[in-house]
Amino acid sequence: MSAALAAVPVVVRPKAAGGCSDAPVLKERGQREVFCGLTGIIWLHRKIQDAFFLIVGSRTCAHLMQSAAGVMIFAEPRFGTAIIDERDLAGMSDANDELDRVVAQLLSRRPDIKLLFLVGSCPSEVIKLDLSRAAERLGRSYSPNVRVLNYSGSGIETTFTQGEDACLAALVPGLPATNVKSLMVVGALADVVEDQFRRLFAAIGIADVQFLPPRRSTLLPVVGPNTHYLLAQPFLADTARALEGRGATRLEAPFPLGVEGTTAWFEAAAREWNIPDAKFQAAIAPAATRASAALSRIRHQLAGKRIFFFPDSQLEIPLARFLSRELEMNLVEVGTPFLHRQHLATELEMLPAGTMLSEGQHVENQLDRCRAAQPDIVVCGLGLANPLEAEGMTTKWAIELVFTPIQGYEQAADLAELFARPLVRRAKLAA
Amino acid sequence: MQLTVWTYEGPPHVGAMRIATAMRDIHYVLHAPQGDTYADLLFTMIERRQKRPPVTYTTFQARDLGSDTAQLFQDAARDAYERFKPKAMLVGASCTAELIQDDPGGLSDALELPIPVVTLELPSYQKKENWGAAETFYQIVRKLAGPKAPPPGTKPAPRDPARRARCNLLGPTALGFRHRDDLKEISGLLAQIGVDINVIAPFDASPDDITRLGDADFNIVLYPEIAMPAAGWLQRTFGQPMVKTVPIGMGATCDFIREVAALAGVDASALLDDPNSRAPWYAKSVDSTYLTGKRVFVFGDATHAIAAARIATRELGFTVVGLGTYSRELAREVREAAKLYGVEAMITEDYLEVEAAITELNVELLLGTQMERHIAKRLGVPCAVISAPVHVQDYPARYSPQMGFEGANVIFDTWVHPLMMGLEEHLLGMFREDFEFHAEAAPSHLGGAASERRAEPAAAPIADVFALAVETDDDVEVIEAEGPIDPVWSPEGEKELGKIPFFVRGKARRNTEAYAREFGVRVITVEALYDAKAHFSR
Repeated sequence: MSAALAAVPVVVRPKAAGGCSDAPVLKERGQREVFCGLTGIIWLHRKIQDAFFLIVGSRTCAHLMQSAAGVMIFAEPRFGTAIIDERDLAGMSDANDELDRVVAQLLSRRPDIKLLFLVGSCPSEVIKLDLSRAAERLGRSYSPNVRVLNYSGSGIETTFTQGEDACLAALVPGLPATNVKSLMVVGALADVVEDQFRRLFAAIGIADVQFLPPRRSTLLPVVGPNTHYLLAQPFLADTARALEGRGATRLEAPFPLGVEGTTAWFEAAAREWNIPDAKFQAAIAPAATRASAALSRIRHQLAGKRIFFFPDSQLEIPLARFLSRELEMNLVEVGTPFLHRQHLATELEMLPAGTMLSEGQHVENQLDRCRAAQPDIVVCGLGLANPLEAEGMTTKWAIELVFTPIQGYEQAADLAELFARPLVRRAKLAA
Repeated sequence: MQLTVWTYEGPPHVGAMRIATAMRDIHYVLHAPQGDTYADLLFTMIERRQKRPPVTYTTFQARDLGSDTAQLFQDAARDAYERFKPKAMLVGASCTAELIQDDPGGLSDALELPIPVVTLELPSYQKKENWGAAETFYQIVRKLAGPKAPPPGTKPAPRDPARRARCNLLGPTALGFRHRDDLKEISGLLAQIGVDINVIAPFDASPDDITRLGDADFNIVLYPEIAMPAAGWLQRTFGQPMVKTVPIGMGATCDFIREVAALAGVDASALLDDPNSRAPWYAKSVDSTYLTGKRVFVFGDATHAIAAARIATRELGFTVVGLGTYSRELAREVREAAKLYGVEAMITEDYLEVEAAITELNVELLLGTQMERHIAKRLGVPCAVISAPVHVQDYPARYSPQMGFEGANVIFDTWVHPLMMGLEEHLLGMFREDFEFHAEAAPSHLGGAASERRAEPAAAPIADVFALAVETDDDVEVIEAEGPIDPVWSPEGEKELGKIPFFVRGKARRNTEAYAREFGVRVITVEALYDAKAHFSR
């Protein structure tokens, strides 16, 4: 840790030598109780306000979307499904004509759409429907009013948040080129967080920070050999690769969760821009101090509690790092659907040595481990949460962590609160 | 391909899950890609079940497609048997697994499990959730009750008069709309008239219970969408007659009791004479007079839509202006019912088509599914939910059946609640300019932020159109010669139209324009508006 970080008043545990950098990871295969990448559409369609996400899939895909999101939303969503039926399965050329017809129907209903994503699903991948060619063809017919891109959100290829990765990676080739030194923040963030980050970067002395995805498809960030990017989310492997293909360089940092993570994240950019320590300190100190004070008020609710993570979003390792170091929680098992060692290198270093890490899932075996360990709180999906509560465990459903503003200083206490609330509630109801 | 915003039904394997989850001691091994486990949360979140559904998914990924997905399926099936030790197993494929054609039936036969295994063939690209549930239930019943079937042609032995009649209650599943409480209500009615229940299925039935289905004297089909194929087979195989009347609404419940009583040979007149339900009196009381003739659009599964239309017209005095269903399997029944109310049945699973019909018909109350609530919100029409698909709040904690006499009470409250109350409606008609009490305000008892009164629509555009029509009089003549004229509203006419209460204003506009077209009125003045009103009130 640099001097700048050490000066910030954060209560953190001393870093164990090497942390979990070389720790063994339990790799399991079996039933995986996770969402597919299509679910990324739920937040991406709110983030990119002139985009429409057309899934090419089966009734199951449509049902997933409305079960996962639809029944919670009463507004007209900017996503839909072109449901493949028997006639489409009979011959491929037919399927392309059908897709053209559905897109025409859709765009006449929604003339405000400027960017259309054709989103691949398990059925469309298995029948090898070439959506990239379809996107090219449709892009030509609707240019310049509507851009048409494609990516896959299928369960066979993507897990939950990887859908965002695939979507952003599809945007990268179309980003305008530049040679100017620039900073790009990659990963969908709540608008309020994005605005805070923009203000903080300005205070540090880095102007014109760009965000991917943009709020409108017409406000695309520029990219080139002098672009440096910071990942705001841990699940963006393909997007990072695509950006590097355009010459951009990743700034190594932990993820901006908690005071410590956020400070180190900003610091990575400050170092690259050669910002003097004093200036950096002055810029972040008010927010960092405020956040530390807010965290210290919640710490007693979480300190010493044992937490178990089922795999879900790839946010598990950064969250575990935050909860163990800043809130003094004990990690029983940290499961992740996919572990990107390079992007998580700093995070792994900061985890307490000896933490049990698992990648992939055999849900029955993992439930056995969870029941045997009897943790104080379990982070898991909605399919497991109520059944585990009924068994007497306290749970925090994981999906909320993707839908709630949790990054940055001002949200650090909100993030801690998300974990404290189920415990407080259990205590209240028992009383 | 079909463009879908909302879908009324899930894929057929979700129907199969509803059967498996409803039952005990049964397990479903589903060949499906990673991600299809989303369906678990329908049961754990929407229905708030305390256990995971008894479903093992193979959750294959892209890398598995190159290797042996069939082996993956067999391993999953064997592990599921070892871990859960069910008394029967269902095996099948989801839509993606259907494409890779691994044959779950053959693969599980090769495992030689010591329990009955029911192979499900559910064509995902043709059929939907309810069909999947019906087919699954039918296959389970055939497989488990089949071995006890008498030789074909055997006449069922007459019941010993000393023994009380017993029936099976067929149809209630997991994730059914009010199945839990309907079951309690109907069980109570049967107890009151002295009819015993042999087996309730699939709700809470074990495979052993299914083998006893043949012991009943007759079957009661509570939800035809789910139980009709199984009940048909039981009728053919065991000679068990079935009760087809679905007891939703006062009239239907009385018909149902009469039908059951006749089959069971019991006297139910005491219950029929004093059904102890408040709904008929509530509907008769003068407070309900303003409900007369309210224009209602009904959409849902066939069973609930047919029942709702009957209640709406005969028990509440509404006018049914539209009746439709997404249940193609029961389209004929809905068409028959629609004829009773002089409307054309709408058979569709296209949400956008339903929305268009509702917009066109100027509905005052929408009785539908969760999806119709979206439409109602968009159009500002009051709405009540009568059928699945439904949201978490329609799996309430309180007792809230749709069936039987208590069901009729629940329905009365639920349907009247979203309507503006009578006095409010009158005052709106009298005082059009009221600043807080106006057409754009939501029914006050529903709360929500009081909406600011919108500024009077600018008269200019209408006036412009009017002026244009006058100036280009000659053109209008030409158009008239070629086809029907398009009447234009005068500013005064438009303003007068604005004084008509909003919930009938659309209808008034349409009628007046139809009148104008019929009688060649090109400009709709105040006079023309009232001429039209008089014309249609004949």
